[in-house]
Amino acid sequence: MLYIPGNNPAMLQQGGVYGADSLLLDLEDAVAINQKDAARILVRNILKEMNFYDAEICVRVNHIDTPFGMEDLEEIVPLQPDAIRFPKTETPEELKRLIKIIENIEDKHGLPHDKMTLHVMIETALGVQNVFDIAKLSNRVDAITIGGQDLTADMNISSTKDGSGIDLARKMIVMAAKANKIDAIDTVFVDINDDEGLRKDTEYSKNIGFTGKAVINPRQIDIIHKVYQPTQEEIRKAYKIIKAFKKNKEAGIGVFSVDGKMVDAPVMARAAYVLELAEIDFDSI
Amino acid sequence: MKNTIGREIPKLIKGFGKTDLFIGAWEKLKKGWMDEITIPPPNKAKMPHQCKSCSGLEQAIARTSPKNGMTVSFHHHLRNGDNILVKTIDILAKMGIKDITLASSSLNQSHDALLKYLKDGTITKIWTSGLRGLLGKAISNGILDQPIIIHSHGGRVRAIHTGKIQVDLVIIAASAADEEGNATGSHGKSAFGSLGYAMIDAQYAKQVIVVTDNMVDFPCIPNSISQNFVDYVVKVDSIGDASQIATGTTRITKSPLDLRIAKLAANVIEHSGFFIPGFSFQVGAGGASLAVAKFIREKMTQQNLKGSFLLGGVTSYIVNMLEEGLFKTVFDVQSFDAAVSSSILNNKNHIEIPAGLYANPFNCGCLTNKLDVVVLGALEIDTNFNVNVITGSDGTIRGASGGHSDTASGANLTVVVCPSFRGRVAIVKKTIHTVVTPGETIDVLVTERGICVNPNKPELEEQLIKAGLPIKKIEDLQKEVESIVGIEKKIEFTDKIVGIVEYRDGTIIDVIRQVKD
Repeated sequence: MLYIPGNNPAMLQQGGVYGADSLLLDLEDAVAINQKDAARILVRNILKEMNFYDAEICVRVNHIDTPFGMEDLEEIVPLQPDAIRFPKTETPEELKRLIKIIENIEDKHGLPHDKMTLHVMIETALGVQNVFDIAKLSNRVDAITIGGQDLTADMNISSTKDGSGIDLARKMIVMAAKANKIDAIDTVFVDINDDEGLRKDTEYSKNIGFTGKAVINPRQIDIIHKVYQPTQEEIRKAYKIIKAFKKNKEAGIGVFSVDGKMVDAPVMARAAYVLELAEIDFDSI
Repeated sequence: MKNTIGREIPKLIKGFGKTDLFIGAWEKLKKGWMDEITIPPPNKAKMPHQCKSCSGLEQAIARTSPKNGMTVSFHHHLRNGDNILVKTIDILAKMGIKDITLASSSLNQSHDALLKYLKDGTITKIWTSGLRGLLGKAISNGILDQPIIIHSHGGRVRAIHTGKIQVDLVIIAASAADEEGNATGSHGKSAFGSLGYAMIDAQYAKQVIVVTDNMVDFPCIPNSISQNFVDYVVKVDSIGDASQIATGTTRITKSPLDLRIAKLAANVIEHSGFFIPGFSFQVGAGGASLAVAKFIREKMTQQNLKGSFLLGGVTSYIVNMLEEGLFKTVFDVQSFDAAVSSSILNNKNHIEIPAGLYANPFNCGCLTNKLDVVVLGALEIDTNFNVNVITGSDGTIRGASGGHSDTASGANLTVVVCPSFRGRVAIVKKTIHTVVTPGETIDVLVTERGICVNPNKPELEEQLIKAGLPIKKIEDLQKEVESIVGIEKKIEFTDKIVGIVEYRDGTIIDVIRQVKD
């Protein structure tokens, strides 16, 4: 997910060309207070006009308790981007308030309530404590994300490259997302010139269960894709498992082995997920 | 009259004469020889032990008996650090010489100070491969009565052979030279690498002055300019600004957009059928173009693939590829950064070449003809793949033909890399201001918004589609760009022709008209 400051026309108009799976058009922290109006108008217009190719479009609005949040929602919700990202979510109650506001705007414009999804962003210790309840509040929430920089500041700790200070928070967020069967998107890696550091951080992120990672520079996209893409070996193994599953199913066999290892439901699910990532059609096997 | 790519060219141009229209990129080469007669180089003589050293540039120039209407030539290997060209014209102007034809292999911002000499009639005509800065602007606004002539690097050699450019005096700046005029750019405090563009001038100019800030004991070894061509030698304190002459190691761009384009271009090359053992390769020195080298380098390393030769303008990045054994040889007509000079001096596989061997269309073996893959930039490209590298979006001259059309004509695969638009200005357009390189010689355009293959290469298009690359029709890309940036306001021009763009074979591919105030 590529962050693009909402007040940067050059970056906005080229956002779709870098191959990011989703674009986050930012009206919040990336935009200075005296640029908020300009960013809102620019993002509104660009959403109407611009072809972002296959990227999912998410707009990060300002919090509803700031002077800008309501105006952001009034302008952006009618355009129904794929998702709205809500920053600094701390309690289910404030998320409930946000959803009500969004639904009122949608009603006013005759729009459905089930098209645009919500990404909630956890950026404080209180938000981390409440993340499970926040994640399960509404079917519209389809991703939880962590804002590492703000969380570090809220915890009053120093930011480190390995993110050790926010490690527990990352894991709690992943767990809450998994428990609610939604996506967990990891925070950015801020040193844009440290490719190796980014690769290691992304590998860790993937290993603990995040389904994606935010980036602040398009140069970071390829490294993240490489980490998250299954390897040829993983694809080959998944393919064999699914093939064996289909063959055994026809023969009425429930539990079987591939390359000497037992295949059960969790292994099957993992294999199916790998093939999905590799964009291999299950039915074609 | 229109030439074969539909550009309107007058039959007769004031200050130039009758025009020979462009008829196709390879039409004039098919015969196997050039119709124009080659003029002989001058035969000169020196008495035994005659001293060539002069006390200064003024004395050397005075000894050549300068006269009104003379042609003075220079090389542009000193890049933006050159202070010899302006100093020479200062001296000639002080001597009262008028009506000079300036024939530098290229001109840049370091030559802005010449503007006053264009105004006062000291310089009245220019031949060059490129023009930037104040001069470009002033010429576009019609400061000269006669049009300037833009040639390619290869075309310049042809123009000298045929006598279209008859050099009366060449000043060759060198970073090391001896008392006889043996000269090089490969060492010394102002080292700049290859002297490839100056070699033809040394052979053909009526008078040759070598200027150096590093006089070495005879003989200067190695030498790029040989003493048998040199009339006078001058020692000066400085041939230019060393920081601008020998810029540091060229770095690969960090621009995400350029990297995106470069990566796509490298994928095109990989799947083109020409990315095979023994392939030859040339890239430019800037932006996306050089970044292609980075991705090609990675692919060659991963696949353990070794190439034959690297050609052209050479950067330290290219030198690194040579030193890593990815390519066998570098042929260097022009060096772009400090690291290249030491390589040209010390690595026997880094070979300095003259411009004629590099790109002259009328010989039996210019190296561009043996090139497999070249990656080039563009200021504008039209839907027929014609490329402009000389005039900007405001219609003024601010670029260089350089080796663009030479390499495009010779390479098996010519890839143009550029963003589809810059700021709010379209690069991919229906029509462009000036054509330098004809579309028939361009195979693929790579932009951040997709890849377009010339319809005259259907097999290539099929191969790239099979490889999963994002191919689209150039007309569709142009429309997409137009939908983003809108339709630009047309620049207004007068009928006055301020520049003539010669194709490498000497035909006229386009003209540049005066921009209306």
